[in-house]
Amino acid sequence: MELSRVSGHGPSEWWIEPHGEMRVPVVVYATESLVREMDEKVLEQACNVASLPGIVKAAYAMPDAHWGYGFPIGGVAAFDEEEGVISAGGVGFDISCGVRLLETPLTREQLEPLKELLANALYHAVPVGVGSRGRLHLDEAGLDAMLAGGARWAVERGFGTAADLPRIEEGGCMAGARPEYVSMRARQRQADEMGTLGSGNHYLEVQHVVHVEDAALAEAYGLREGQVVVSIHCGSRGLGHQIGTEYLREMAVEAAKHGIHLPDRELACAPIRSRVGQEYLGAMRAGINCALANRQIITHLVREVFERVTGVRELRLLFDVSHNTCKEEEHEVDGRRRRLFVHRKGATRAFGPGHPDLPAELRAVGQPVLIGGSMGTASYVLAGTRESEARAFSSSAHGAGRCKSRHEALREWRGRELVESLRRQGILIRSPSLRGVAEEAPGAYKDVVEVVDAAEEAGLSHKVARLEPLACIKG
Amino acid sequence: MLGDSVQRTTHHSAPEGGTRWGHLRHGSDIGVWGRGRTKEEAFEQAGVALCAVVTEPERVAPREAVEVRCEAPDEELLFADWLNALIYEMSARRMLFSRFQVRLEGNRLEGRAWGEPVEVARHEPAVEVKAATLTELEVRREPDGQWRAQCVVDV
Repeated sequence: MELSRVSGHGPSEWWIEPHGEMRVPVVVYATESLVREMDEKVLEQACNVASLPGIVKAAYAMPDAHWGYGFPIGGVAAFDEEEGVISAGGVGFDISCGVRLLETPLTREQLEPLKELLANALYHAVPVGVGSRGRLHLDEAGLDAMLAGGARWAVERGFGTAADLPRIEEGGCMAGARPEYVSMRARQRQADEMGTLGSGNHYLEVQHVVHVEDAALAEAYGLREGQVVVSIHCGSRGLGHQIGTEYLREMAVEAAKHGIHLPDRELACAPIRSRVGQEYLGAMRAGINCALANRQIITHLVREVFERVTGVRELRLLFDVSHNTCKEEEHEVDGRRRRLFVHRKGATRAFGPGHPDLPAELRAVGQPVLIGGSMGTASYVLAGTRESEARAFSSSAHGAGRCKSRHEALREWRGRELVESLRRQGILIRSPSLRGVAEEAPGAYKDVVEVVDAAEEAGLSHKVARLEPLACIKG
Repeated sequence: MLGDSVQRTTHHSAPEGGTRWGHLRHGSDIGVWGRGRTKEEAFEQAGVALCAVVTEPERVAPREAVEVRCEAPDEELLFADWLNALIYEMSARRMLFSRFQVRLEGNRLEGRAWGEPVEVARHEPAVEVKAATLTELEVRREPDGQWRAQCVVDV
């Protein structure tokens, strides 16, 4: 976009003052070159968000913001509990899509001779791709229990351990879930999908810590150079997609009834206090639990494979972050504590040191923020900062974001050649679809380093360690 | 209207000439569009475009039929509902569809989709479609008299 559209407000911070229907400014956190690369549509969409009723302070765009539907992806917006709205479009279809990181006691050298075996075993154990089914079939009662209990339900069923739970947002169980507001169709899409990875940009990746950026924080997080770790990126599967589809439509149809003008129908929202607003909140929270349970089951499958292949079963969960959510949180606004409904669409919650919601062992250092890349590109572990609270309601970036469309990627790369060239770089790819691999080519994504540097410069989060892939299971 | 950043990137022609379906380029996702002499045809062709997001439509044998019904307050939401009904059937039945038939009566749709269960080795499905969005959603008559239906889909 043209830089003339925004005004500089400090390092990596750009503003658009309210105009037209906007109630608050738009604030973009990004380096100058990231702003130049951003699609004009990001600004247009952020300005639309800034015009919604009850929005507080500003509509924010994270350094990896790109053109979404309704809200930009990489968008953050908080709404007043009395006058504000909740937006199904502001959460997105893949409710609580997120990343978790498991730490192994292994070094890269120890893993190297077993890498091929491990990649094959992981690919065999974790269902991936279109049409795959999980090994667990849930009946109605099982679905209800899962939707109410999240990762806590999964642990009770023997997937992972109770020690995992404090390392997941909300202690692994999102309160206020109302399974009764999740439709039959959403349930039918999920009955056989628990413990499946999905497709697209989702992945299961074995990585190693190549560089520690902050020694004290890395130690607090249990990370050291050369260490093997595992990242899991996936979401709430068919259930979340169906909840998003149904409530988005209902909110779009009913907006006028609530006196809400939608500049783009995909912004579909409803007053938080309305019937549809409350029902969506209950269903969306159940969707969050579905995603947390799903990642917990996959974690269990990964641990089983590691034990079988390497003899190591102790894979400690560093943290599990969710990207597409709306959460009720308390934040300070103009010197006053307020209850707000914070939408993060393609953005990571990033609580700083001292936050009461963090588990005791992380409270002094802040929440781990996981920024994912996959196949050929690096991932980063960052830490939440105190300043982030004032900057963007404790939020940070979530990934690199695409710079080439799927069609451009298909024209530029061949799946088989990519797999071979990554193998020569020491990175094993396992996927049921070579076309899928080509569409997700590392070159189709922006440079994650620039996104991470911008997040650091803007005070949204602080760099702890850089991870690079060893083996990647793609859907 | 189509934004500057949305381009037609693929298109497929009918034997009698004229482009029938294709994809829109969207930042992180992909859009589908269909065209035809009637609204019904445009909806049907958009179904083929939806299939092509996942796999090549010619790889999907139209062996089994599934029926869907939708009703919406306007024709644009009806189009999004049609695609979302297909996405639901693909997901819940683990099927792919390559041939479509649509009948419209006011804002009511009766449709049929022919396809077969996903077979990973033969279809090599690239990605699953999560939902049809209301972004770039349009059903309109073009200057040449043809109908066009389109929207962005989340993958």
